[in-house]
Amino acid sequence: MSARELAERLRRRFGDLISEPAEFRGEITVTLADAERVAEVCDFARTELGFDLLLDLTSVDRYGEEPRWELVYELYGLGHHQHLRLKTRVSEDKSELPTVTGVWRTADWHEREVYDMMGIRFRGHPDLRRILMWEGYPYFPLRKDFPLAGRASAVPGVAFSEPAPLEGGPFVTAPGGRDAIEREPRARTAEE
Amino acid sequence: MDEGLRSELSKQGVFTTTLQELSNWSRRNSMWPLNFGLACCAIEMIAASMARFDIARFGAEVFRPSPRQADLMIVAGTVTKKMAPLVVRLYNQMPEPKYVIAMGACAISGGPFKQGYNVLKGIDRYLPVDIHIPGCPPRPEALLHGLIELQKKIAAQPLTGEERPRHLRTDAPGEFPVPAYGPYDLQPPHNPDLWRPPVVVRGQPA
Repeated sequence: MSARELAERLRRRFGDLISEPAEFRGEITVTLADAERVAEVCDFARTELGFDLLLDLTSVDRYGEEPRWELVYELYGLGHHQHLRLKTRVSEDKSELPTVTGVWRTADWHEREVYDMMGIRFRGHPDLRRILMWEGYPYFPLRKDFPLAGRASAVPGVAFSEPAPLEGGPFVTAPGGRDAIEREPRARTAEE
Repeated sequence: MDEGLRSELSKQGVFTTTLQELSNWSRRNSMWPLNFGLACCAIEMIAASMARFDIARFGAEVFRPSPRQADLMIVAGTVTKKMAPLVVRLYNQMPEPKYVIAMGACAISGGPFKQGYNVLKGIDRYLPVDIHIPGCPPRPEALLHGLIELQKKIAAQPLTGEERPRHLRTDAPGEFPVPAYGPYDLQPPHNPDLWRPPVVVRGQPA
């Protein structure tokens, strides 16, 4: 059974909640309209459609759009070797959706990482603590509005230690530039 | 002892030495590193301990899982701000005499992550580093070179007098303060007794 057929079965079960399967480079993506039902949909995908492996659970900050958060679930079936991507959106005001740890145990640390880096809470998670940063750290570093201005380091005036580098960062690319210097500036200031 | 007399005695089959030389010789040739790695530098450290590079040739193959049994801390890899207090605590738990090798760009200065929000900009902000090994990561040969340089450093340490090393001084600190997690950064951001921001003057060349 192909991933498209499995997505169609998901659509037959949940109707308009699941979008038309979109194919890009051989990979099937469906979008779930209501994030509140993600656990239910995932449970169906695991028990009825054979997606017994959660490859990845991650999030995207669609800064400036509404709803802001996009959750991405990468599903895989070890029985039928098919891959399905499930996306859903959560608004910034809410920033909360049900956990899928009850469906796949491996979602535990993935959800903790999403909570740590993006600040999205998972209702019903057994142990929702920060996983990479320490408890009490005030920011969610992978948000697009993370304070990029930076702070003066202990060595002001020395190369790589001025507040500038986090403003855009050394590895941030600006697409569309004519040459590598424009596309990959070493450090961009906040005014630019 | 006079070098000429000593050389003459050795020709007659009499071996002479001093307590200092004997002590330093035995200590430098049986360094037991603490068995821990933080990032990709640890892979090179592991390679150095295996048969091809064989750190056992220099007496440092006994990687100890407990800090109580280790003499040498090889800080191999990226020290994140979350990990830094644990590294300092491990160092405090090691018995004197103890030495620190900062292996790789990250342990020295933060390396490619220096501008990030979560990486300590050099372990020498909290620990007295004896040897810095540059590289990203350094080759196993570089680690062996660093180890040999540390052995030379130990061989030159006097047991008495003003120049004696830290573990023989009663006034020197035996352990170093463990930083705490602050709201934005580690508190304090560096140990002021060990490390101060270097003064950099820009403009006219001297």
